[in-house]
Amino acid sequence: MTNEALQQLIATWIPELEFTEAESQFLNIEVPAQHLHALMSQLKSNPETQFDYLFCLSGVDWGEKLGVVYHLESTTHRHIVVVKVATENREEPVFDSVYDIWATAEFHEREVFDFFGIRFNNHPNLKRLFLTEDWIGYPLRKDYEDETNMILL
Amino acid sequence: METEVVHTNFKSEEYFINMGPQHPATHGVLRLLLTIDGEIIKKVEPDLGYIHRSIEKMCERDSYQQIVHLTDRMDYLSANINNEAVCLAVENALQLEIPDRVQVIRTIIGELTRIASHCLWWGVMGMDVGALTTYFYGFRDREMINDIMEETCGARLTMNYNVPGGLMHDIHPNFVKRVKDFVAHFKTKLPEYDRLLTENIIFKKRMIGVGILSKEDAISFGASGPVGRASGYSCDVRIHHPYSAIDKVTFNEALRTEGDTYARYLVRIQEMWESLSIIEQLIDVIPEGEHRVVTNAVIKLPKGEYYQKVETARGELGVYIISTGTKNPYRLKFRSPGFSNLSLLNHIAVGGKIGDLVATMATLDLVIPDIDR
Repeated sequence: MTNEALQQLIATWIPELEFTEAESQFLNIEVPAQHLHALMSQLKSNPETQFDYLFCLSGVDWGEKLGVVYHLESTTHRHIVVVKVATENREEPVFDSVYDIWATAEFHEREVFDFFGIRFNNHPNLKRLFLTEDWIGYPLRKDYEDETNMILL
Repeated sequence: METEVVHTNFKSEEYFINMGPQHPATHGVLRLLLTIDGEIIKKVEPDLGYIHRSIEKMCERDSYQQIVHLTDRMDYLSANINNEAVCLAVENALQLEIPDRVQVIRTIIGELTRIASHCLWWGVMGMDVGALTTYFYGFRDREMINDIMEETCGARLTMNYNVPGGLMHDIHPNFVKRVKDFVAHFKTKLPEYDRLLTENIIFKKRMIGVGILSKEDAISFGASGPVGRASGYSCDVRIHHPYSAIDKVTFNEALRTEGDTYARYLVRIQEMWESLSIIEQLIDVIPEGEHRVVTNAVIKLPKGEYYQKVETARGELGVYIISTGTKNPYRLKFRSPGFSNLSLLNHIAVGGKIGDLVATMATLDLVIPDIDR
């Protein structure tokens, strides 16, 4: 499907979505956190979209907001869409896990938790992946400081 | 401390052992926590981070030219292809017109890299399952590619030959001849590989039916490269999102449907033949021209987001750049093939024996720095 057709279809599911194609080669969808899981399962299961391949899941610190970016592709239709979710709560950021939709999300969400401190509801094994359990802080956040090992920006 | 946890969470007949971080079959520092009942595996939990360098954080500090150098240190056996991924992302963002000569050379070098990587994989995979001779055969042929790389790129492992805008310098005058010599040589050696290992009955009994991954699971776990294709999942980035000079050649995607370790083995063997064919189609038609287009000394990407996929020897490498218009990326994420391929290890190893796990891991072809970026 073309980006226009995708946007028309997906917009009918959840009215609060925001679409943009500016500054990106893909169609971007911004979704409020409470609709994330419903949107994702619909994107995967709807026969017209069939986004069955989650090829990239990235945590991002946008300064005021923390969030997650999901890159999705359909192996049947070969179209691509990017879903973004964000929260202003930097103390306890939490989103729904999508590991029940794409199994690869289990590891990727652990990586995001490890480096950004974003928690995922219903995740089966949410703990540090690369860093040790007693590590303090989340290194890929922009406000992270480590006096001894800091990479100077 | 760990054993106390084990006593409360495990059934009385189950126990756990460490495999790694210095186990010979993990080829690097990967630690697997195996929960086993007798010799049957109940659970595999990877413990990562022994060589994590936080390349993504370093990228937020570095210029785009510097970032290319860091990518060598991820999947070091696909160094050239990793370099290419970042260069392509930057070039597309700047909308640079890349000369045909550069594109063809990049594709040839990329396929040579793939053959070298598969040679090493073939050698060590034979060694993992007890056939020491393969190691010497594989390294002998890989050595020829390393010599070609040394002459043209100036390095044998971490090449840094690609730069945003083209290649660091033009190919060596001997390059074409030596590549042709290698192709002719390797065509006589690949059948030897088959005689030695592929058709070996002991080897086949070790491999067939072990570590089966279905097509649905392969997609769901984000498998890519030979691991995905052995499960019948068409996932070659060179076919679905062609880059550089790949659209100038014809080649077959190596696909199998069995999804077991032997299928993954056969896919890589076929990929070496396909890579030879791609090199043959291009080596005589390298266009004349510049090896590089001039870029600004300080590269600033326009504000926005950029994504570039390439097919490394291990699968799909993604580079996701968020730029705010400055000389550094605001955020740069590497989607590495090894990380996703490792995530399915628990799924396909459970129910098998420890010896099968070694065979399974050998055909996942994990490179640990690619996982611990």
